[in-house]
Amino acid sequence: MTKGDLGRLQDIARECRVQIIRMLTHAGSGHPGGSLSVIDILTVLYFARMRYEAKRPLWEDRDRLVLSKGHCVPAQYSCMAKAGYFPESALLTLRKLGSPLQGHPDRVALPGIEAATGSLGQGLSISVGLALGLKLAGKSSRVYCIVGDGEIQEGQVWEAAMSAPKIGAPDHHVDNLCVILDYNGIQLDDHVKKILDLEPVVDKWKAFGWPVIEIDGHDLGQIEKALDQAEALPGKPVFIVAHTVKGKGVSFMEDNPEWHGKAPTPTEAVRAIREILGLPATGGEPPAWAAPILAELTAMEKK
Amino acid sequence: MVAKASRAAFGEALIDLGAKDERIVTLDADLSKSTMTAKFGKTYPGRAFNLGIAESNMIGIAAGLALTGRVPFACSFACFLVGRFETIRVSVAYTQSPVKLVGTHVGVAIGEDGYTQMGLEDIACLRSLPNIPIVQPADEIETKQAIAWAVEHPGPVYLRLTRQSLEPVHREGFRFQFGRAEVLRPGTDVSILATGGTVWNALEAAKRLETEGIHAEVLNVATIKPLDEETLLRSAGKTGHVVTVEDHSVSGGLGGAVAELLSEVMPTPLRKLGVTGFGESGDQKGLYAKHGLDAAGIAASVRKFLAR
Repeated sequence: MTKGDLGRLQDIARECRVQIIRMLTHAGSGHPGGSLSVIDILTVLYFARMRYEAKRPLWEDRDRLVLSKGHCVPAQYSCMAKAGYFPESALLTLRKLGSPLQGHPDRVALPGIEAATGSLGQGLSISVGLALGLKLAGKSSRVYCIVGDGEIQEGQVWEAAMSAPKIGAPDHHVDNLCVILDYNGIQLDDHVKKILDLEPVVDKWKAFGWPVIEIDGHDLGQIEKALDQAEALPGKPVFIVAHTVKGKGVSFMEDNPEWHGKAPTPTEAVRAIREILGLPATGGEPPAWAAPILAELTAMEKK
Repeated sequence: MVAKASRAAFGEALIDLGAKDERIVTLDADLSKSTMTAKFGKTYPGRAFNLGIAESNMIGIAAGLALTGRVPFACSFACFLVGRFETIRVSVAYTQSPVKLVGTHVGVAIGEDGYTQMGLEDIACLRSLPNIPIVQPADEIETKQAIAWAVEHPGPVYLRLTRQSLEPVHREGFRFQFGRAEVLRPGTDVSILATGGTVWNALEAAKRLETEGIHAEVLNVATIKPLDEETLLRSAGKTGHVVTVEDHSVSGGLGGAVAELLSEVMPTPLRKLGVTGFGESGDQKGLYAKHGLDAAGIAASVRKFLAR
């Protein structure tokens, strides 16, 4: 991986952040905080590691991604649009009647989504099943599951955690499964530490038999390296603790529980996007692709 | 043919079907000796997964397996399985993952273990989901054919099986038809719609009533969802009186489904027999007598119903 490739991924992550803000503003509801914390992880998965064919979303040798923290699906939609699963214009239909871009992931409505999630705690079990099924079918595909920190308070997660390192033994260990915790420290009501502290989270997963890798979930190079380490480790699924910042990239959303599940107003959206693009509050030259988006949101502001 | 529990017939059918179909796998939550999949695991090592006492995870893993080409049978007592309703709702139903859910030990007929082990609300819960057919076979031959059907059905399925032995109500040569209710005994005065472990009792009740000049029509409603509306309405239209019989809560089960159908399409006097309140420990015979689900109880309810 050259420095140029990392720069390309940074550009994509930036563009996806802009699209997240844009689509949530059009939708008028949704979850910006967790979408912005998970987007760097998704960017690496979609644009540097996962095998898939956007025009053949059910290609049977594809890698699978289960976004168990389903409320952050706008981040996934932004990647899917960029990857060519559907036109970018569809992002503006998010949460609208008849749209395949449901408020939470819907496997049937949108090919490329692997499971309905958002009823928290269920995605890891499905991922274990997918990983085992792929092993039984003799496929080399990998399964990535992203869980939220508040989410792992759900009991079913620990049922799955207990089973995954053991299931399929001795011939079909699910070492094709990689789970990533988006550890942004905030859940709906407040900081995770104040609601129900998860610590010591690394020790917990280790005690359940998982190799654990800790990374900065916004460092694209670290994400890539951790995914490669996970893939290289035979015999066991791997758990990656990605330390992230909720609302990452937008100063007034960062580390603020208020932005767990609230859409920005058009005015806030313009401010957020200018920050993401590194522009001053007024003036400056947005990149060509972003100029129409800023104009569109500015027009909404005036309505 | 001899009396056999539908769970036992299920276990045998799986071994037969599994020989031909590599896709079939079983998942259990530490009850494989009771759900009767244990022999499948011994026969086909590597195709049976015991997840320990963790039903939600078992259901989710089954959902993932089904999406990657396996035909997974996820098995437990009906109450423990359907008790994980939210996982079934999202990971199986809404995800449209073709998991075969198998709930055994249904109803008060399990007897001595008491209420906490009795599946009494499972039909009511699963009926509320739009895409999970509910099938409850009445004897061995029907069970085996229903399992074979479930393997080939492209979507999720719920199979409701008994702990207790079931007397045969079908002859050799019977052909299970998904979605069809079946007239086991024709009659003109009352339609008795029974399902699962109560079908034999309904037939026995009809014999008793016949001696009193009451000609009861007995239907085996093996497919509870979707209901065979045509057959049920034809029978109800003919007899003008409908009695439902099931080892399940009187709310939301077969009786509830039939009440919904009749009240909307063809209002017909209806009596729902089933379990009211919670179950309790006791012998099966005593419990069926208490809830009026044995032949004597069904016959008494029909008499009273027609005399009003």
